[in-house]
Amino acid sequence: MSNLNNRVVFENVSKFYGEVLGVNRVNLSLPPGVTSLVGPNGSGKTTLMNLMTGLVRPTQGTVSVLGFTADQPEEFFRHVGYCTQFDSFPKGVTGYEFIYQNLTLRGITKQEAHRLTCEALERLGMTEAASRKVAGYSKGMRQRIRLAQAIAHHPTVMVLDEPLNGLDPMARAEAIALFEALGREGLHVIISSHVLHEVDKISDQVVLMSYGYVVAEGQIHGVRNEVKEHPMQILVRCGHPSRLAARLFSQDHVVEARLNGDGKGILVRTRDAGQFYQLLNRIVVEEDFALEAVTPADDDVNSLYQYLIGASGGRV
Amino acid sequence: MSTIPSIREFFREAPWQLWTAQVFAVVRIELKKSLWMRRSVWIYLVAFAPAFAVGLHALNSPMGRNCSLGEDTAILAGIFQLFYLRLGIFFGCMGLFTWLFRGEVVEKSLHYYFLAPLRREVLVAGKFLSGVLASVLIFGLSVLLSFTFMYAHFGAAGRAFIFDGPGLGHLTAYLGVTLLACVGYGSLFLALSLVVKNPILPGIFVLCWETFHAVLPSLLQKFSVMFYLKQLCPVSIPSEGILALFTVVAEPVSPWIAVPGLLTLCVAILVFACARIRRTEISYLAD
Repeated sequence: MSNLNNRVVFENVSKFYGEVLGVNRVNLSLPPGVTSLVGPNGSGKTTLMNLMTGLVRPTQGTVSVLGFTADQPEEFFRHVGYCTQFDSFPKGVTGYEFIYQNLTLRGITKQEAHRLTCEALERLGMTEAASRKVAGYSKGMRQRIRLAQAIAHHPTVMVLDEPLNGLDPMARAEAIALFEALGREGLHVIISSHVLHEVDKISDQVVLMSYGYVVAEGQIHGVRNEVKEHPMQILVRCGHPSRLAARLFSQDHVVEARLNGDGKGILVRTRDAGQFYQLLNRIVVEEDFALEAVTPADDDVNSLYQYLIGASGGRV
Repeated sequence: MSTIPSIREFFREAPWQLWTAQVFAVVRIELKKSLWMRRSVWIYLVAFAPAFAVGLHALNSPMGRNCSLGEDTAILAGIFQLFYLRLGIFFGCMGLFTWLFRGEVVEKSLHYYFLAPLRREVLVAGKFLSGVLASVLIFGLSVLLSFTFMYAHFGAAGRAFIFDGPGLGHLTAYLGVTLLACVGYGSLFLALSLVVKNPILPGIFVLCWETFHAVLPSLLQKFSVMFYLKQLCPVSIPSEGILALFTVVAEPVSPWIAVPGLLTLCVAILVFACARIRRTEISYLAD
């Protein structure tokens, strides 16, 4: 919380649509990097993004992005780009016009608008289709042209609502690589997605939402450590798994040690990962064990989703 | 006590150059849409119907046969006051101006404007200006054609009426009133579209208000666009029978009051529209 001017901050934000809850009492401070908003349909992800960008106003609380609010649109939207979920466009525009017209609203010169338009089209691989009417585009192309429009002005905060929807595997991979690169450059990339294993790969932090509440937030590993009711799963690949399992069973914090299907490892469930790793080190040294690999098996967005939002969900 | 200095400071510090550029950018985008959208076809038909009728009349009476300059001047005044002002421009502006924001909501594209670094007041100004330009272009051209057809078939007498008589003054007044009507009705319908989803019923109410304002108390009459426009028309039409309801000027005011009065009314309506759009949220599902 040290430098609020470099963060996206929600302070006690609630949004009600009449009597229907959008989000409730949200307190967040998102640092730069890739942040994933994860939650089932109706959990409040889009409302959170719309609040972030001023498309809807909070019923209570305040939202600021890099220290600016949407009431200062000239400054605010110079920094923010939002690719919404609305698959709609102004009538009759071509891909080029769609981006160019929006850029001209920024008060920049025609030459600069043209340059930025071409650059964005190039970046999303839409140059060839730019002169065609958007109405004739495929779903994937419409998604890409909206992404191009959202990034055309070089925003420092990009808010992307289900940006991978409708993209073919190739375009998906390219889009993910783009988000990852932008996150590495120190930009804020805030993504909502249902494709958990894809956002998992690139997310620096995650915000889990359910029924309008933020269930958990932070770096994936940190959030996972907080979920005490679900013991951590760790996969240990080694030469003598049954011997290791017998050794581990004597420990209080080890809940379960199950032989892997291929017989070359064990899946351990432990209540204290730190103690487990210390113990494993000790066993390796004392008993001359040959380990091939030790990897957390449920330290990812998908597992967090299952634990916190799935049927037996709890709150951190 | 510090209100006036702060207003002065606002006017000095405000990014006028940026706002002007943004208004023109909005006008460029919107003008194209207003003039060329398919749903504008009926506006063109309504606007040019009187010009077409006057053209037929001119063909039917070459060199002023079967009619007189005086008669045709009165007919043109009637067409202008009873058709252009009360129906053509009224419904044309209703179609054009209510669609400026409503159309964006229906097509789910308003959020693109709301996500641009653009003050919503600037957006209202740009959209309003584009609507005024489009409507003045359509109806101004139609009035010009009607006027030309009405006097061209008189030959030399018609030319003399226009260039040596009061004709050019009449034309200027007609075009001026057309501009003011577009500004007046435009502001009203733009604001209305931000308040209600379906402008038809409120539109009928406004039409009744504008039509029967002459029977309202003096103070209420001043909240009618037609109250100001009627006073600015260059030729009076007979106020007899039922027509009197539309043509009688119950409380004459000078153009020096009528024009600023109408513009003040429009500014008040636009200020309301700006306040309204500032609170507008994007929720297409509710629409």
